[in-house]
Amino acid sequence: MLGNDTSTELKYPMTLSKDSATADALTKIHARVKARWKSGFSESSFRKILYFAGICVLVLLVAIFLSLVIASFPAIRRFGVGFLFGTTWDPVKGEFGALPFVVGTLIVSFLALIFSVFLSLPTSIFLGEYFTEGGTPTFIKSMIELLAGVPSVIYGFCGLFLLTPLVRSLEVKLGVAPYGVGILTAALVLSIMVIPYSASIGREVINLVPTDLKEAAFSLGATRFEVIRKVILPYARSGIFAGILLSLGRALGETMAVTMVIGNSNFLPTSIFSPSNSLASVIANEFTEATGRLYLSSLIELGLVLFMVTTVINVLGKVIVRRMGVEG
Amino acid sequence: MIHLGASSSGVGVKKVLSLVTILLVSTIFAGIGHAKDVELIGAGATFPYPLYSKMFDVYNKEYGVKVNYQSIGSGGGIRQLINKTVDFGGSDAIMSDRDLSEAKAPILHIPSCAGAVVITYNLPGTPQLRFTPDIIADIFLGKITKWNDRRISEINPGVKLPDMNIMVVHRSDGSGTTFTFSDYLSKVSPEWKEKVGRGTSLNWPTGLGGKGNEGVAGLVQQTPGSIGYVELIYAVHNKMPYDTVKNKKGNFVTPNITSTSKAADTNLPDDMKVMLPNTDAPEGYPISGFTWILVYKEQNYAGRSEEKAREVVKLIWWMTHEGQKITEPLDYAPLSKKAVEKAEKLIKSVTYNGKPIMK
Repeated sequence: MLGNDTSTELKYPMTLSKDSATADALTKIHARVKARWKSGFSESSFRKILYFAGICVLVLLVAIFLSLVIASFPAIRRFGVGFLFGTTWDPVKGEFGALPFVVGTLIVSFLALIFSVFLSLPTSIFLGEYFTEGGTPTFIKSMIELLAGVPSVIYGFCGLFLLTPLVRSLEVKLGVAPYGVGILTAALVLSIMVIPYSASIGREVINLVPTDLKEAAFSLGATRFEVIRKVILPYARSGIFAGILLSLGRALGETMAVTMVIGNSNFLPTSIFSPSNSLASVIANEFTEATGRLYLSSLIELGLVLFMVTTVINVLGKVIVRRMGVEG
Repeated sequence: MIHLGASSSGVGVKKVLSLVTILLVSTIFAGIGHAKDVELIGAGATFPYPLYSKMFDVYNKEYGVKVNYQSIGSGGGIRQLINKTVDFGGSDAIMSDRDLSEAKAPILHIPSCAGAVVITYNLPGTPQLRFTPDIIADIFLGKITKWNDRRISEINPGVKLPDMNIMVVHRSDGSGTTFTFSDYLSKVSPEWKEKVGRGTSLNWPTGLGGKGNEGVAGLVQQTPGSIGYVELIYAVHNKMPYDTVKNKKGNFVTPNITSTSKAADTNLPDDMKVMLPNTDAPEGYPISGFTWILVYKEQNYAGRSEEKAREVVKLIWWMTHEGQKITEPLDYAPLSKKAVEKAEKLIKSVTYNGKPIMK
């Protein structure tokens, strides 16, 4: 593939050199230089461009992190590590603590993940194993991908006007405070939003399970269900989990839909029905009106905390994916 | 994941791309032609945005000066003014001493109109309720938790109050409405002043948060037994029930445009940095507030031309005089006569290189 382009071989005429051996050697050198120039130029410069692009992404990430750290310096200097454990968020008195928001973000995201897996995993299996080709499956696939395209504000509205009354009547039946909004509502809305990410990836991975593995299982007398459970899922496990990890990343950062239905209460949540608040939601709500260096830098430090939480979870997830892949 | 249907003809994609490029480039050049017309930029409070929109539109038609106002919130407006990126700021809140010291130069607060904050609620049968200041404070402090509490029923004889829990709804985002409301509560309740205080974002002792006036309104309308606060205009336009409040002079006043303007019918300080809530005016609605235009007193900064400074002063003068005609049709409360007098003095004190611009 490295341009063994013999068509450009130049044959030195006998007259230019004293003997045929030198002429042959010169021809060969010329040809090799030309070949390497052609392929080497495109090959190494292409590689350099790729490296450069990769490094750009890395530099961007580090730049984001550094700018967050620098901007939140006043807050870091004032509160230190206590910021992560403080439970008061009082802009008037200048006391800021991130714990209720961290807890709210994590609970809502993980709950949304659990809810979404119940829908996305069966969908992946359905589309990846049972009905892979055809009009209806393609239609369903497009619909799922459309879910990802709906703006999050729309999800927020639907959550506020359609889902909240339902949750409220449930709370009335259970005898809890009928807020309607809260962790449960936010988790439900969020779970629908993140289905496409895990469903699409899961479907692809399940589709890619080698047919001979499946056929071997079938030939040994396994039922469809057993093949799914014992061959397909273990094989596709790491890929499915990677898809779920992507959903989690989306869920952690989702702002608009969550802020409309989470209740925006700055207290630590006490139950699944209580209102709460998430990091992204607080930043979005209070940033425009924030005046004062400490207030602003505390909000930016919330962003830094969110950034680090997302990074930690992603790293942990990658470790688990690799673990799963090796085993499977 | 979204498949952009296989383009069978690369020509189609090329055409679209070139069309988009032409459109983008033309928008860049469209702005260059009008470099000669004076254009003013303002930013800030969202509350007066509909009013300013209309005002600036009328002003443009009359005087040909274009005014661009970005409603990014009072905090944003103050910050942009301190950074000197805008000609004037809009704010529902008075600048704090900390902000003023950051600005390093005196900033004038010129009122442009007034608004009111009303208490809205959701009760079966929507009875018309009356509240006193201490009841409102204690409800929002979480001390009064039931609608049929003795204190509420005392003030509202003849109204059947249900045995429901009061659910408080407040703003989740920072807002001038919250500033005005919390200023009122701080004035009428020492406990509120100590526990919570006044600000655009607060550490609410109880309740849910809704984003924007519409968020609070949405939550209140959906939740029976809830109570919240919204701008008067918003409540009127959305036909929400709101209560009458007892003011400092002991009168129960219904919030409307007239009573909001009347709240400013009292002794006002010269620098107009006054928070109207709990006003002395006998017929004034107690939870009213000004919204201000903020400008630097000395207009020669960051290389501003005298012409621009003059245009800014002319604009603000027009807003506080002829522009006031636009307020009432849009349900904003116009400035009272006393407020206009004080505003005139302030506008006349704006200088360029030490010399007052408007004689």
